[in-house]
Amino acid sequence: MISARERTLNYVVLVVFAVYALYPLVMIVDLAVSPDLSGDAAGGLANFEGAWEQGRFGTYLRSSVVVSALTVSIATFLSILSGYAFGTMRFPGRALLFWTMLIGIMVPTEAIVVPLYFDLRTLDLTNTYVALILPQVAQSVAFGTFWMRAYFLSSSRDVVEAARIDGAGHWQTLWRVLAPMGRPAIVTLTLLIFMWTWNEFLIPLVMVTSENLRTAPLGLAFFQGQYTSGVALLAAGAVIVALPVVIVYLVLQRHFIQGIVEGSTKG
Amino acid sequence: MSAAEAQTATSAAAADRSARRERRGAPPGEPRRVGYVYVAPALVIYAVFLLFPLVRAVQISFYKWDGLTLGSWVGLRNYADILADPALRAAFGHAAVLVVFFALIPTAVGLVLASVVARARVRGLTFFRTVIFLPQVVAMVVVAVTWRQIYAPDGPINDVLRFVGLGDLARGWLGDFDLALPAVGMVGTWVSIGLCFILFLAGTGKIPRELYEAARIDGAGPIREFVSVTLPAVRNEIVVALTLTVIAALRTFDLVYVTTGGGPGNATTVPSYEVYRRAFELGAVGSAAAIGVTLTAIILLLNLVIARIGEQP
Repeated sequence: MISARERTLNYVVLVVFAVYALYPLVMIVDLAVSPDLSGDAAGGLANFEGAWEQGRFGTYLRSSVVVSALTVSIATFLSILSGYAFGTMRFPGRALLFWTMLIGIMVPTEAIVVPLYFDLRTLDLTNTYVALILPQVAQSVAFGTFWMRAYFLSSSRDVVEAARIDGAGHWQTLWRVLAPMGRPAIVTLTLLIFMWTWNEFLIPLVMVTSENLRTAPLGLAFFQGQYTSGVALLAAGAVIVALPVVIVYLVLQRHFIQGIVEGSTKG
Repeated sequence: MSAAEAQTATSAAAADRSARRERRGAPPGEPRRVGYVYVAPALVIYAVFLLFPLVRAVQISFYKWDGLTLGSWVGLRNYADILADPALRAAFGHAAVLVVFFALIPTAVGLVLASVVARARVRGLTFFRTVIFLPQVVAMVVVAVTWRQIYAPDGPINDVLRFVGLGDLARGWLGDFDLALPAVGMVGTWVSIGLCFILFLAGTGKIPRELYEAARIDGAGPIREFVSVTLPAVRNEIVVALTLTVIAALRTFDLVYVTTGGGPGNATTVPSYEVYRRAFELGAVGSAAAIGVTLTAIILLLNLVIARIGEQP
């Protein structure tokens, strides 16, 4: 058994680290609802309105929503398809193709963003949703293929056989049987891709100059550079940018944490 | 289609079906050319928007190119510069310092936290786990904006110093030549601890309670117990945590871009920041590509080495 003193000590350690993790976040929320010396911020929720208008966060959020929604849905759909093939079918070159895609998980954005920018500029595609979305889809399907393949490998062969005996083709087997059973794996994948896409900074920074296409994190960075008269509206903007992912995380934290743990330890 | 052809097609299909049936249950799958069709859309986007740019990056890295006019072939000069150019050497040196803050410290702290939880059943674990992991899901730009306030001349750190009478030590931490880099690093520590913690928690969760009981009966104290029970059980998780956090440290960009812009002077430049600065501000695209390729090579190598370590029993 563990002594009462040690038990108390354990709680103290955990509480200290919980406070350490929370303090900066509580501070920024507190700044976001406080008045400041700029005269722009009256305090309270009005600060968010102020940031929304002065910082143009409405525009940035719209762009972020479009980019995230399209990246998440395209990447998840394509990952399910390719994961299904890699996990349940045999075809020549399968291993080679899979390993080729696996490399993509490790390639840092910094390496590809430079040629991507110059080649897309040649094609007149910078400053478009294409330039914002497809590079992120490419990164996401690398992980997504790996993630969904692991699910399909673990799915029961008997279920697949039963579906086939019932006359289901490979397409029906996937969408009527395996995909519904794999909902937890798919939800987790969706969440991870959403988080990565929403929080991505380098790709929008490089690809976009038009203010209408700026995503929320990029908009926040620019707002910080331009708006120097106070911190309240900046803090309010920061809260607006972080909030969507934080809310989804708090509601579905089990999925998130399980996804991170399994996604990183399975490899 | 003639009757004969139809006949052949049906019997071929039947033969195919029976062949398939024979191989039934033989993992990990059955022969299906249709697999290519399923893989193709993902593979095409991946090839065009990731693989091809990677190959192009290697190609561009052999040129001196300003991004506008025709480039000139310089062979491996851009790579030689990484070793020779003091500014670039400094950037990689800074990345190495960040590894300590992003990877080594959080791994150590995460181990302590996880072993605390492993020894005694902690009530409210879900709460602590959720909170300690929270910094991982907040956009790095938001994290950077937040910590800029914390390090500001009139921020909370300096307030505390003044309050306890150490006002002489108060300063703009991110503007200090010697302290800016550790200050940026501490932000990484704050972000990474949650990741290490939950990874180790997953590892210690698999340890049977009896092992701890046995260790205690043998008279093992907390430290002995940590070394002989907890540590071996989370060996793989340590490997994974180090891989992820070291890579995060090497790839630091958003944080530096928003907090210091590489300054003061060059005190906090990092390789990723140099990629951006050279390609889009200084017109040294070849050099930027070479840094990007080098970074990729380091990360791939690191993954290989660490995977090898992880495999050993």
